[in-house]
Amino acid sequence: MDSFLLQVTAGLANGGIYAAVGLALVMIHQATHHINFAQGEMATFSTFIAWAMIQAGVPYWLAFVATMVVSFVAGLLIQRIFLKPVEKAPILTNVIVFVGLLVIFNAFAGWIFEHTIKSFPSPFPVEGMFLAQYFSGHQIGSISVTLVVLLSVFCFFRFTPLGLAMRAAAFNPESARLVGIRVSWMLALGWGMAALIGAVAGMMIAPIVFLDPNMMAGILLYGFAAALLGGIDNPWGAVVGGVILGVLENILGAYVIGSDLKLTMALVLIVTILIFRPYGLFGKPIFSRV
Amino acid sequence: MSAIFKKIILAVAVLAAVLLPFVLEDFRVFQLNLVLIYAIAILGLNILTGYGGQISLGHGAFYAVGAYTSAILISQVGMSAYLTIPIAAVVCLVMGVLMGFPALRLAGHYLALATFALAIATPQLLKYKGIEHWTGGVQGIILDKPTPPFVLTLFGNELSEDRWLYLVILAIALGLFWLAHNLLSGRVGRAIVAIRDQPTAAAALGINLTFVKTATFGLSAAYTGIAGALSALAVAYIAPDSFPSFLSISLLVGVVVGGLGSISGAIFGALFIQFVPNIADEMSKSAPWAVYGGMLLALAYVAPDGVMGILQKLKKRRQS
Repeated sequence: MDSFLLQVTAGLANGGIYAAVGLALVMIHQATHHINFAQGEMATFSTFIAWAMIQAGVPYWLAFVATMVVSFVAGLLIQRIFLKPVEKAPILTNVIVFVGLLVIFNAFAGWIFEHTIKSFPSPFPVEGMFLAQYFSGHQIGSISVTLVVLLSVFCFFRFTPLGLAMRAAAFNPESARLVGIRVSWMLALGWGMAALIGAVAGMMIAPIVFLDPNMMAGILLYGFAAALLGGIDNPWGAVVGGVILGVLENILGAYVIGSDLKLTMALVLIVTILIFRPYGLFGKPIFSRV
Repeated sequence: MSAIFKKIILAVAVLAAVLLPFVLEDFRVFQLNLVLIYAIAILGLNILTGYGGQISLGHGAFYAVGAYTSAILISQVGMSAYLTIPIAAVVCLVMGVLMGFPALRLAGHYLALATFALAIATPQLLKYKGIEHWTGGVQGIILDKPTPPFVLTLFGNELSEDRWLYLVILAIALGLFWLAHNLLSGRVGRAIVAIRDQPTAAAALGINLTFVKTATFGLSAAYTGIAGALSALAVAYIAPDSFPSFLSISLLVGVVVGGLGSISGAIFGALFIQFVPNIADEMSKSAPWAVYGGMLLALAYVAPDGVMGILQKLKKRRQS
């Protein structure tokens, strides 16, 4: 029983990360109906920036915040520079740009920071603060940080005028433009926030999986699955989906299929969801008129 | 240009291609083999993505399946290397059709996502312990290159294993390019393009969407599978690390460089992904990928139709 509970708690911690990555994907998908294939590599790159700062002697939390700011600005700039020119281009062009960004971030992460596997510090104590037999300190810390991020995102969208404007821009761009919202800038803001959330996810997962340029590939896959499971247009769905997947992954990995096929499991999940319930558990079916 | 003149040029080009390996060193011939193989794979992906408009970021998986089919049949069953190529094609055709069914329901980004997941999961799947006695696990499978069936010396160079393989691959590549050209310039090709551009109108005109889309996926996978099988023969060694997730992206780079929806562009794409990394590699291990990414971005903005698009524009400008 105890080992089962340990799997569940480890799953919760991973689930929080998947939820964050899923949320980042949902943010961009909601606004632009694009799936950001570069999300994982952007997060990895952000994590490398944090690592470099910590190596240089910057205190952890300062580096943490600085990385969030840098990632936000970088995400914003990426949308302005790379995505805006192809906003109206065919889907294929957009996918090519996303893949191009993925490859560039991966290459530069390897070029600047090298391919050796690095350990990334955790700011939390080794021992858990409570329920120490089930949670490690990092797990509790990672879950709390993820929760704080998710709550702030929720409050931002729910209670601030800017959040309202962003929701309006995503929901109905034409009408939003008519009431004076700068829709294109709202998209850029969404990109910045997605990059920021991704960076947090990267910094929280790096102590567990270690840091290298390909760190996020598998995690991104689970982030996709989380977003799809919850319904790719539903932020809460992505969070719930992420937590469900994290627990499911660990339990299935420990008792049913072993750890060798975790990525295949994500693949099967993604394809199954897309075929049988493309709008996810909590999304609404989309119909298109001829 | 008259039709006869075109045919003469084509014949001369084919003759030159046949004689080419005899004036090059073995290593260069080996590189050319890979170029031809990539060209076949890129053509396969282009049939699906360029003509069919179905985005696949996971064609490396079909390449890997083709290579493993061939290698397993040779090493475990003791089959003749040449026989394994059509079998690999059939296996990938079936796999492609199976993948094509979900693809029917997935448009645009979602198909890209599903195939992207396939690309990421493939290397781990190849290492899976449950199929280790077939695939050789992380160690992979070592093969012998097929020996040339006769002795021949041209321009002072004998028909080595690599040169013989070059001729085999060239013959297969020519056949496949000819097939693709005939298919795509006829009724089938128009149906594929019609579905890409106007699915509703295409269905209204009596095109069987389900059949054409799954068949396109199958055909595309079969092409890439044949390329994979040939790569197993040309390299004479396969392991999971020969098929990283980024292989699928390389193929996409090849398609974009050559030109979406162009048959002969596949050659340019193949030359690009074979030789550019070698050159860029001298700067840094990561440089080839930086170049790939830069190319993808640059072409998406500046020349969405790739090398063939640029060539056609130049041709038009000269004529006018």
